Amino acid sequence: MSSIIFELNEGLAIAWRAIRANKIRAALTMLGIFIGVTAVVLMSTAIKGIDNSFKNGISALGSDVLYVDKWSWFSNDEWWRMRNRRNIDMEDFHKFKELAKLPIAVAPVTNSVQTIKYGERKVESVFLNGSNSDYVKTTNFTFDQGRFYSEIESNSSRNVAVIGSEISSKLFPRGDALDKTIKIGATNFKIVGVLAEQGSVVLGPFNPDNQVFIPIGTIFKNFISRHSQTVTLNVRAANPGMVEETKAEAEGVMRKIRGLAYDEPNDFSINQQEGLQEQYDSFVGIIQIAGLFITGLSLFVGAIGIMNIMFVSVKERTKEIGLRKAIGAKRRTILAQFLLESSVICLLGGLIGLIAAILLSLMLNQFFPTSIQYDVVIIAIIISLVTGIISGLAPAYTAAKMDPVDALRYE
Amino acid sequence: MNIINIEHIAKVYQVGSEEVHALRDVSLKIDKNEYVAIMGPSGSGKSTLMNMLGCLDTPTSGIYDFKGISVSEMTDNELARIRNKEIGFVFQTFNLLARSDAVHNVELPLIYAGVASTERKERAKQALVDVGLADRMHHKPNELSGGQRQRVAIARALVSNPAIILADEPTGNLDSKTGEEIMGLFHEIHEKGNTIILVTHEEYIAEHALRIVRLKDGLIEKDEAVEKRFIPKVKASNL
Repeated sequence: MSSIIFELNEGLAIAWRAIRANKIRAALTMLGIFIGVTAVVLMSTAIKGIDNSFKNGISALGSDVLYVDKWSWFSNDEWWRMRNRRNIDMEDFHKFKELAKLPIAVAPVTNSVQTIKYGERKVESVFLNGSNSDYVKTTNFTFDQGRFYSEIESNSSRNVAVIGSEISSKLFPRGDALDKTIKIGATNFKIVGVLAEQGSVVLGPFNPDNQVFIPIGTIFKNFISRHSQTVTLNVRAANPGMVEETKAEAEGVMRKIRGLAYDEPNDFSINQQEGLQEQYDSFVGIIQIAGLFITGLSLFVGAIGIMNIMFVSVKERTKEIGLRKAIGAKRRTILAQFLLESSVICLLGGLIGLIAAILLSLMLNQFFPTSIQYDVVIIAIIISLVTGIISGLAPAYTAAKMDPVDALRYE
Repeated sequence: MNIINIEHIAKVYQVGSEEVHALRDVSLKIDKNEYVAIMGPSGSGKSTLMNMLGCLDTPTSGIYDFKGISVSEMTDNELARIRNKEIGFVFQTFNLLARSDAVHNVELPLIYAGVASTERKERAKQALVDVGLADRMHHKPNELSGGQRQRVAIARALVSNPAIILADEPTGNLDSKTGEEIMGLFHEIHEKGNTIILVTHEEYIAEHALRIVRLKDGLIEKDEAVEKRFIPKVKASNL
């Protein structure tokens, strides 16, 4: 045991001497591993960051909510057929509400993209949602200020609005949005509520932080035609355990409302957050595999670089190897010397790469969600070590099996 | 007691489809504290014999006992151990590690012998003092003259107290004056009780030894004591 530690110790000292003797070459070799490790670590932090932020965001959508829609969210192969489906209109909603007994809340939702103004400030391309007062029950919204609009406000189509946190901070940097009057398009609205931050950038159009909510009657009155646009019914089950039953009931009710014969297919879709999660997982899975493959490739190129350099180094030091063998170095000692050398190079390159990746991801975090995982740190160190050993193996073996007589004679 | 006992060894190399008989039938005994020169023209098998004596290579047939132990059947690792403990090599081209200082070059065999760092450094420094390089401990080979480099190499050969010193043309890369100094150093090392085997093709250098073995075509042509030995006058060491 102690002799192994002794050999390791001496081997490291020899490797360190060899690296210092060829600083530029070692540095260039390290660069390959540095780039590889930086890319791998950065990639995985970014993926983890997107993942976390998606999961935070999706929880705002609630797992026990069904979305009855003209469109299926997740199958695009029948797009042309869905296009020909009848719109779901407010009449359908009223019938649905009457017939469906299981849901605790049903909210019709429709939307439009508008510009929001307050004085000189404005936010363009805002996702404007119209719904009833039950809408808030189909979400897990939390409020920073105020409340959601009431049933009376909703039913009488008042000009009241609830705004997302991002809109609030853009229009009211001092955080005094409540009771202010904003302009949506050309119409004045009074802010009755400001949402607390709900999700993040990844959810895109699903992110409530960047949205505005107004009564559905108001949106029809001011922004979209009641007849041209379909509404989505957000249906909340009593609890997560009731989702399947609620879904079955919703399907039956919708078929009845639409007057479908038993052999006709549904002309609507019932979507769930679960589907979003699946969609997301497969999407991120592809990015993850593609990303890790590409970054892994750069690591592989780095490894080939190391192997190349180690072969050159072995060739160059043939005489030295001969001498070391002549004065008593065993095969495994020589093998260890070169393996340690490539491992030290890789480990150093990997550590520098790791530090660079952490700094970079902290910088990127300003624009893009990243999340440094401590297991990534350990994995990066292991990857660089393994790269070092694998790429050093063939050259080290070549060195170890050299015949001392031939090696000493080498010029 | 014989340190080296060689009986009827032969070495055959396969070069392409041709067999090359580097050594045909060589028998040789070397005792403790002998000073033997091995001579011969190129192609005589002198290098092969030296590699054999240095345990860098094993014979195709015949017996080689080193201090009573058979070397012919040793594994690579066992050979490495013998080379490390029992043989001190001195080469024509010095073979020092270019980027390491004298102390590190000298301590090298001790690393492979598993000697701890502090003891190693001490012994390496002592060996350098012994060969007269007390003031050149931390010089790198390119900061040393040829003679000084060969002294470092000799210190490296001595540091592990080997049973034999095996010198292959040790003066081949040196001018005659410096060569003479190195031969003086060998003389003193021999006087201290060491066994030296010197491989050379120069008659004049060989005459520093006590006995000359002449090789020709893979056979020993002559094996005789030196009649008129050349004894260097220079005091070359602190031994």
